[in-house]
Amino acid sequence: MSAGWEVVIGLEIHTQLATKSKIFSAASTAYGAEPNTQACLVDLGYPGVLPVLNKEVVHMAAMFGLSVNATVAQRSVFARKNYFYPDLPKGYQISQFELPIVEHGELFITDADGNDKRIGITRAHLEEDAGKSIHEGLDKSSGIDLNRAGTPLLEIVSEPDIRSAKEAVAYMRKIHTIVRYLGISDGNMQEGSFRCDANVSVRPKGQEEFGTRAEIKNLNSFRFVEKAINFEVERQIELIEDGGEVVQETRLYDSDRDETRAMRSKEEANDYRYFPDPDLLPVEITAEYIESVRGQLPELPDAKQQRFVADYELKKDDAAILTSSRPAADYFEAAAAATDAKAQLVANWVVGDLSGALNKDGLDIADSKISAVDLAGLLTRIHDNTISGKIAKQVFEAMWDGEGSADDVIEAKGLKQITDTSAIEAVVDKVIEANPGQVAEYKAGKDKLIGFFVGKVMQETRGKANPGQVNQILKAKLSG
Amino acid sequence: MDLHTKTMTELSAGLDSGEYTSVELTQTLLDRIAAHNDTLNALLTVTGEQALAAAARADADRAAGKAGALNGLPIIHKDIFCTRGVRTTCGSKMLDNFISPYDATIVERLADAGAVVLGKANMDEFAMGSSNETSYFGPVNNPWDLERSPGGSSGGSAAAVAARFAPGATATDTGGSIRQPAALTGTVGIKPTYGRVSRYGMIAFASSLDQAGVITRSAEDAARLLGVMAGFDERDSTCIDKPAPDYAAALGESIKGLKIGIVRQHFDEGLDADCGARVKDAIAVIESLGATAIEVDMPNIDYSVPTYYVVAPAECSSNLSRFDGVRFGHRAENAEDLFDLYCRSRGEGFGDEVKRRIMTGTYVLSAGYYDAYYLKAQQVRHLIADDFKKAFEEVDVIAGPTAPTTAFKLGDMVDDPITMYLNDIYTIGANLGGFPAMSVPCGFVNDLPVGLHLVGHHFDESALLRCAHAYQQATDWHTACPEVFK
Repeated sequence: MSAGWEVVIGLEIHTQLATKSKIFSAASTAYGAEPNTQACLVDLGYPGVLPVLNKEVVHMAAMFGLSVNATVAQRSVFARKNYFYPDLPKGYQISQFELPIVEHGELFITDADGNDKRIGITRAHLEEDAGKSIHEGLDKSSGIDLNRAGTPLLEIVSEPDIRSAKEAVAYMRKIHTIVRYLGISDGNMQEGSFRCDANVSVRPKGQEEFGTRAEIKNLNSFRFVEKAINFEVERQIELIEDGGEVVQETRLYDSDRDETRAMRSKEEANDYRYFPDPDLLPVEITAEYIESVRGQLPELPDAKQQRFVADYELKKDDAAILTSSRPAADYFEAAAAATDAKAQLVANWVVGDLSGALNKDGLDIADSKISAVDLAGLLTRIHDNTISGKIAKQVFEAMWDGEGSADDVIEAKGLKQITDTSAIEAVVDKVIEANPGQVAEYKAGKDKLIGFFVGKVMQETRGKANPGQVNQILKAKLSG
Repeated sequence: MDLHTKTMTELSAGLDSGEYTSVELTQTLLDRIAAHNDTLNALLTVTGEQALAAAARADADRAAGKAGALNGLPIIHKDIFCTRGVRTTCGSKMLDNFISPYDATIVERLADAGAVVLGKANMDEFAMGSSNETSYFGPVNNPWDLERSPGGSSGGSAAAVAARFAPGATATDTGGSIRQPAALTGTVGIKPTYGRVSRYGMIAFASSLDQAGVITRSAEDAARLLGVMAGFDERDSTCIDKPAPDYAAALGESIKGLKIGIVRQHFDEGLDADCGARVKDAIAVIESLGATAIEVDMPNIDYSVPTYYVVAPAECSSNLSRFDGVRFGHRAENAEDLFDLYCRSRGEGFGDEVKRRIMTGTYVLSAGYYDAYYLKAQQVRHLIADDFKKAFEEVDVIAGPTAPTTAFKLGDMVDDPITMYLNDIYTIGANLGGFPAMSVPCGFVNDLPVGLHLVGHHFDESALLRCAHAYQQATDWHTACPEVFK
């Protein structure tokens, strides 16, 4: 890409709030029901019905606002965004417009050089989701499923502070982590609970004025966000370098062909005729309410990461991985608390073997086949020299397969480490006797052969000899 | 028996004493409707069977000692209120075929109190009109002169009560739609404070102005009916979370010392001189009962009509978007595509006045015009409300004419919307400020009724009802019945 060009990106993230009922009605928000079975008269926009705000969404939005160091407005207003579409039953979407509930927030991502970079959050506002149009399986007609109509959304709008597709993904991941930490969204991207629109433009380096932007709609995976932005950046640069002009328009990303395509231009854009919704009173909350929400906030990812580095002396990267989700962090802390082994050893195992096993089986850490306490039991046996790290991997696999606790497995398989010096000496003597050639070479100065002897001893003991002791005894005997 | 001439209070006493049953009363009024509705076109749907069944239930409840506040009393609903299982048209072709799957809150409350619903009243289409001529189902004729309009939009409710089809009817008022027809038909109409009565199930025209109320023949009946409808409803976010006062109890209180404000601007040009004289007579009567009249100035009141005709169409343009032919209501046949389905369903389903207001409203909300029209109108709306609030620092009730003239001839103004809009010049201010207001019959000009308009401070419907009741104790204009319907 593109020396001489600077990329400017702003993201609008739509995150579905995890309420039981909809934002303005009592219908359920559960995903996956038969079409149109979770839409009540209010969701269907029947004549005479009225919206009533689900207060829980205000609490959730306030939690989010406080988590990104934003101002939570004591007065916010729902407006109507007017346009006709079959999946929009009332002919307008209720959404906060001029006075959103959250404004002037920020968060920090790690940029390409490993430095903290601030991304401003312009605003986050509450709104209702629309239904879905269904085209598959219907001959020459379209179906409408209004189950999703009225599902609460928090739309989080960033400043145009993002400078690359990678930064966009880092920002989106950070928001994803925060909303799941707060428990205000399940963040499920396959089900559309977390999706984003990317506003992308380019400008010659050094130019202050923004280039004309295109908006890529409805990106529902981190990978697609990265690919769509990269494609769009290339497209815009090529277009301008060929003497063309970027037009302000809405584009769709086609993941099959890995390209973005124009959807509608600014001229075709709707005039949404926003005005305050007269069916709903302004949302008014007190400073005390906001403070009480602040008091209920859980520890957030950044703070947790810093604490893990400070208190557990973890490597920063491991702390970042462990704190990227609350269940992983909780698992780590539970395991670390249950063993005398070093916290970094616990972290290595959670980030390494445990993550690998979870991935292989497609499990979340909360559903891990080995509990935090059981993992701690295994690490304690490494720590007290009952088994070596290498044997521990074998024990871990058995535990994963349901063969019991670490002690059960060690006992049943006879994996207990040999630490009895005379027993190890006997094996060492046997190995020395059997390999006179190598002994001669070692004595002539080929120090590297120590590994050969250690290997032989471990082979003889089926890995159970304490490696430190083996080393020590071998060296003593060979130099004797 | 002249059951049809009796007020709800009188009928309640008759039911109590066992003089007649609700079934007998209901049958009498249904017979009357069958005989005269063709003449008036006041009712769009008559629910005879359901009414008789409800009356039988009411009689049984009464026998079991479980009589509600309105036990056995027949009423009529404006066809803007959703009634479960019963056609609810809102006066429009768009909803000609619409059977509501649910009851409006007030429909529920009145039914729970034992009221018997005789049918659904004709109205201007989506409550947009002041003459009932915009109804898809044809105009309603004024019982006092069949060639004249009963006013609108609640023309069917007003005409039905004036013609003694029922002692009371529900109605709605966005700019004068209860009070102007009440004035033109010689009935009592009250629009309470905005938020006093739930709007849930009332098909929206302009949400920030719409308010349900009643049309009756006496202030006492209005208090009775309104008392059942009023009160908080969690299904309407704009409903006031305060208990409604005991209106009936307030009626007995004296009006001695009550301060009546007279708005100078309301007696300027534009008001028919004879109507003005009747209104002044009525104010004199009220003064003679112990009230004091004080002149008040409302410098911004002249902006009421233009302000209203920005705010109301803006809200209606959005409220009526849901009528798109997709889920309910009129749907155009053989649509070529989605756009065609929308255009033709709405083009065919809505009448001219509704289209005019949707277009006006769409325009005033459009990018580039919003600030100049909608925002400006909202600012003026506050100024007008402030005029009222200032006046209510000095007075308890503001009195004046309800409408500039008596009932006009049908067809006279159909092609002149602006003149038609001016019919609501005295009533609109109360809607813009959310104040309770009422029209009370106060005499005749050329055998056509004239209405006295009363406006009260927020939440003070009681002052209006008390004043109207005292006036009706001293006069008998409200008992006058059109010759044809005696």
